[in-house]
Amino acid sequence: MKFGIVTFPGSNCDYDAFHAVTDALGEEAVYLWHRETDLAGADVVVLPGGFSYGDYLRAGAIARFSPIMAAVLAHAKRGAPVLAICNGFQVACEAALLPGALLRNASLSFVAETVRLRVESADSIFTSGYEAGQLLRIPIAHGEGRYTADAATLDRLEGDGRVLFRYVGLDGATSEDSNPNGSMRSIAGIANETGNVLGLMPHPERAVDRLLGSDDGLALFESLLSRVSA
Amino acid sequence: MSTYRVAVHVTPRRGILDPQGTAVAHALQTLGFAGVADVKVGRHIIIDVAANDRDSASTAARQMCEKLLANPVTEDFEIATVDAT
Repeated sequence: MKFGIVTFPGSNCDYDAFHAVTDALGEEAVYLWHRETDLAGADVVVLPGGFSYGDYLRAGAIARFSPIMAAVLAHAKRGAPVLAICNGFQVACEAALLPGALLRNASLSFVAETVRLRVESADSIFTSGYEAGQLLRIPIAHGEGRYTADAATLDRLEGDGRVLFRYVGLDGATSEDSNPNGSMRSIAGIANETGNVLGLMPHPERAVDRLLGSDDGLALFESLLSRVSA
Repeated sequence: MSTYRVAVHVTPRRGILDPQGTAVAHALQTLGFAGVADVKVGRHIIIDVAANDRDSASTAARQMCEKLLANPVTEDFEIATVDAT
């Protein structure tokens, strides 16, 4: 399976994603420069973390207009997988691939730490390798990760089982203390209506090796591999 | 065609938590501005645009806000001024 990892000016987690795909998962990956207009035959597109276009105007607002994004939108519309991590999640929201927006952390601080996530549903191409309710240790590193949407959108996401990850404490429960950025309903990751686009602020690609503190993110890539190549 | 200078204000929508505004409000209160009830921090954007007339300049600015300058999910905008330059 081939992963296409988009590099915008200012992306900085594209190498981590490349490492996760090639070294940890053992699959093929290519970088897709933002000025390209086709996906080089990629089965899965990764919109990686970073600070595309310096986060000018709003995080993700300018990257959305990069030439490569037309191909990414067409790929998503065909039902093919898009994994949008951190800044990629912000780009995906700005591009209306996903509903809602990611605003400045409630604390106003940039937060870089390992958090606990609860897998809310294993019924997706991104989470089939987990069990619902499973707790993961995954790093976050962002200043603008406060997931925000209107109540009707949040209800619809929850009703459709499209909230795939939530921030929780050691006890596995959501609380104000375990919500690192003030996200509404402690939402850390959501899928689109057709289930082929995942956006999440935490970095599963940085948690694929126990040497680096956790390999809880690897199953996300393995889920994609088993479901997409099947 | 003339050139118009358009100023737009983009602000966090009422009801959406604006931690920046809250922090500034607290700082102002600490400075002794006891009457400060609420602060919203937004963006002031100035665009020089060529257009046939004021209305076209204003319409173009509105479209710029809808498509890029403001996030329709979380922000409101207003065209503050349109001046011939």
